[in-house]
Amino acid sequence: MIKWNQRTKAVALAAAMAILLLLVYASGILIPEYAITGSFLDAGRAPCPAHPFGTDALGRDLFLRTLKGLSVSMTMGLAASALSAVIAIFVGVVSAAGSKYMDGILNWLIDLVMGVPHTILIILISFALGRGLWGLFVGIAATHWCSLARLIRGEVLKLRTRHYVAVSRKLGKSSGWILMFHLLPHLAPQFLVGLILMLPHAILHEASISFLGFGLPPERSAIGIILSESMRYISTGMWWTAVFPGLTLVLIVLLVDHLGECLREVMDPYSAQE
Amino acid sequence: MPLEAKDIYFRYHKKQPWILENCNLKIDKGEHMAVLAPSGFGKTTLAMLLAGYLKPAKGRILLDGRPLPRKGVCPVQLIFQHPETAVNPRWRLKRVLEESGGLREEIRESFGIECAWLDRFPRELSGGELQRFCVARAVMSGADYLICDEISTMLDGITQAQIWKAVLDEAEKREMGILAITHNKHLAKKIADKIIDLSE
Repeated sequence: MIKWNQRTKAVALAAAMAILLLLVYASGILIPEYAITGSFLDAGRAPCPAHPFGTDALGRDLFLRTLKGLSVSMTMGLAASALSAVIAIFVGVVSAAGSKYMDGILNWLIDLVMGVPHTILIILISFALGRGLWGLFVGIAATHWCSLARLIRGEVLKLRTRHYVAVSRKLGKSSGWILMFHLLPHLAPQFLVGLILMLPHAILHEASISFLGFGLPPERSAIGIILSESMRYISTGMWWTAVFPGLTLVLIVLLVDHLGECLREVMDPYSAQE
Repeated sequence: MPLEAKDIYFRYHKKQPWILENCNLKIDKGEHMAVLAPSGFGKTTLAMLLAGYLKPAKGRILLDGRPLPRKGVCPVQLIFQHPETAVNPRWRLKRVLEESGGLREEIRESFGIECAWLDRFPRELSGGELQRFCVARAVMSGADYLICDEISTMLDGITQAQIWKAVLDEAEKREMGILAITHNKHLAKKIADKIIDLSE
């Protein structure tokens, strides 16, 4: 058997992830609305060749709904965690490179956001913004940047004391130049890995908030909606309505999380050569 | 235009004792001076102060009668003891040299930097090779004064001789002032016109 090293493994995983993501997206776009309208004649079918995940109580094909739901969840997750990571970079750099006063305010803000449980904060923000995609997006983006911001702040504080940064200043380079060419390239791995590790969180939060009824509207096929609907019918023996959508969600989240870990190990100079 | 340290006092924290007390030093253009002292006498602190990396608690650092410029390329360049910390590990070495304002071929050659090294990353070169880059960078910036903080302590004899020869040749050409901080009495005697022993 071929023994893969860390780098090839990460590349293979990234490729597999990209293909999977594309497939999910493509199917989300390609599956027309009428394909998931269903008929009551097919209501409550157990998994069979025509309906691999079975059908729900309204006769909609669950496989197609799950795919469409995943594409919604992943788009939302990716957009929200990307925005969150950008906020984190901004807050981290400003807090470390700015004045002491600013640092105090931003640290206080980080503590404040971290101190409130995520789920409650997202529910509040999403509810205040009228729920739906927009409310969820803002809610998730506004709550997930804290730990990454702290990490980046620490990193910038450490980098600022490096001799080569001091030398660069003595060679007449401006603070902006140093930030652009000395500091930001060092933060790229943290940013990328932080983003990828944030994605599963965001997807799970999206699903759980929708499940609780504070997120996406019920006619939308998101994973959280499918799961919350299934809860009503699971006591009548329709186990497949919960099991398959739930499993695909867990699978995607695990895959993304694993990819993030792999990337971290490759980019971290201490484990890069393993 | 001399580089002067006038009555400087320095300590790293208010609760700590003075490291430098009432310290005076003057280097003229084209002069080569060596500072000798055992560990812990504030040699590196003095170097950092003279190059403007640290601010003295009392007293002034004057270049040509004026304080060091805060913007633009500093005419006093400090070369650190450990070259690995003084180059960005994510940059190719060509960029390290270009940061000084422009790569000058004749200086590259005089420091024995091979063209093949320019495309490599810092961790792919040895300490001696990296130190050549750091010294060359400081020289290429067009500095009038070089503060050399034990730049050859970790190098073997041959590399030491090569680097110092290149530095002194260039200093001769451009009338640079050099302050060499070292443990090594023999090296100090070889390169400097004037030797100051801080321990005395």
